[in-house]
Amino acid sequence: MSDIAERVKKIVIDHLGVDADKVVEGASFIDDLGADSLDTVELVMAFEEEFGVEIPDDAADSILTVGDAIKFIEKAQA
Amino acid sequence: MRRVVITGTGMVSPLGCGTEVTWKRLLSGHNGARKVTEFEVEDLPAQIACRIPFGDGSDGTFNADDWMEPKEQRKVDPFIVYGMAAAEMALNDAGWHPQTDEDQIATGVLIGSGIGGLEGIVEAGYTLKEKGPRRISPFFIPGRLINLISGQVSIRHKLRGPNHSVVTACSTGAHAIGDASRLIALGDADVMVAGGAESPISRIALAGFAACRALSTQHNDDPQKASRPYDRDRDGFVMGEGAGIVILEELEHAKARGAKIYAEVVGYGLSGDAFHITAPSEDGDGAFRCMTMALKRAGLTAADLDYINAHGTSTMADTIELGAVERLVGNAASKISMSSTKSAIGHLLGAAGAVEAIFATLAIRDNIAPPTLNLDNPDVETAIDLVPHKARSRDINVALSNSFGFGGTNASLILRRYEA
Repeated sequence: MSDIAERVKKIVIDHLGVDADKVVEGASFIDDLGADSLDTVELVMAFEEEFGVEIPDDAADSILTVGDAIKFIEKAQA
Repeated sequence: MRRVVITGTGMVSPLGCGTEVTWKRLLSGHNGARKVTEFEVEDLPAQIACRIPFGDGSDGTFNADDWMEPKEQRKVDPFIVYGMAAAEMALNDAGWHPQTDEDQIATGVLIGSGIGGLEGIVEAGYTLKEKGPRRISPFFIPGRLINLISGQVSIRHKLRGPNHSVVTACSTGAHAIGDASRLIALGDADVMVAGGAESPISRIALAGFAACRALSTQHNDDPQKASRPYDRDRDGFVMGEGAGIVILEELEHAKARGAKIYAEVVGYGLSGDAFHITAPSEDGDGAFRCMTMALKRAGLTAADLDYINAHGTSTMADTIELGAVERLVGNAASKISMSSTKSAIGHLLGAAGAVEAIFATLAIRDNIAPPTLNLDNPDVETAIDLVPHKARSRDINVALSNSFGFGGTNASLILRRYEA
């Protein structure tokens, strides 16, 4: 697992208070991990802070799963 | 109007987590004041406070994780956590967990706070300045708003009746209970979860209240001597924190389900001083009119009063309240006991009126007046028993609880032993 994936998952675990084994790449923040719309806004902010990237609102709207977040950040940092 | 009774209580106080543990310690003379150690205080004029005993939840300590998931706590200021804890205790105590649509819609929430999420606003201010607006959390607003205690409690317990809040500084808790009682009396709800919560203990609040010259600053090295209502050496209040919540219920509703009844809420008075933003009017007229209105509503006279839980903050205003009470009770003064429990728990600001109304309720239940600690040298002579140092066992059937707030806002509640 990449360093980025590791760090993304840690943020998700900390912010949503979920078990690590549920935080798989296919997991949807809202459907699988119990997040609401405000949680997802805060998650995106935490990703921005951790990785020093800017995630515009329209891009944030398409980040629905753990894997979406990892892919976005990997691309932004490439 | 319909009759309203108290069928449950919950409390987080500087003497403990829970109504009964707090009451037991209050009666035995415990004092919640100590030096603040959680943040820098050396540059503050007031360095002491009555803090909740934080711990693992055993022996009366408060463990926030017992009441709200850590990930939810992170999104709110502590006053919401305290309110959630006290509300859950009160609902459990009342045995009221509405499941049907009808019961949920008949149950409302009216919980206030004097200040709300002060600390969280300060932190967000730093974030805004240092990192910019994109770093302001989506939970910043809903985690600080005062009515979000009522909101969170309603969501947790599915209470779909009137959802309301009160903000009247140090009268908040009393106004919340009084207004919620009215909602029941008028038929807008059958059950109300009502009270106040506050988490003010922070550098900014200590600095701000000290700037108003409201806090004790002369007892930083002897915190347990600092809150001394009516004593000649009093020099300001000691800040406290916590929450007090009662379950108010329409009498027939309570009887129909066989609920335990603590006391009846029979009187409620409100008034404004129209005098000064922080000081009470020197003639005590606002307090006098407030208590008079509560007695009138209760259909009682001053001679019916047995116990008064005073506002008594340990400031110069103590004698103004005392003067107003003397004017109210006249020749009945010698049969009345009046104490300030702020001598033990400090001033819980928006939670004070609710916590103290619960104390007044328990004074009726147990026929005992809690003490005024540190009353070594009364500032003025009075025929009223100020219950110095030790709790006093005596008949108590009617109790009045006073709360007065910045802005000149006054509230008095009268509670009576329930009789069918």
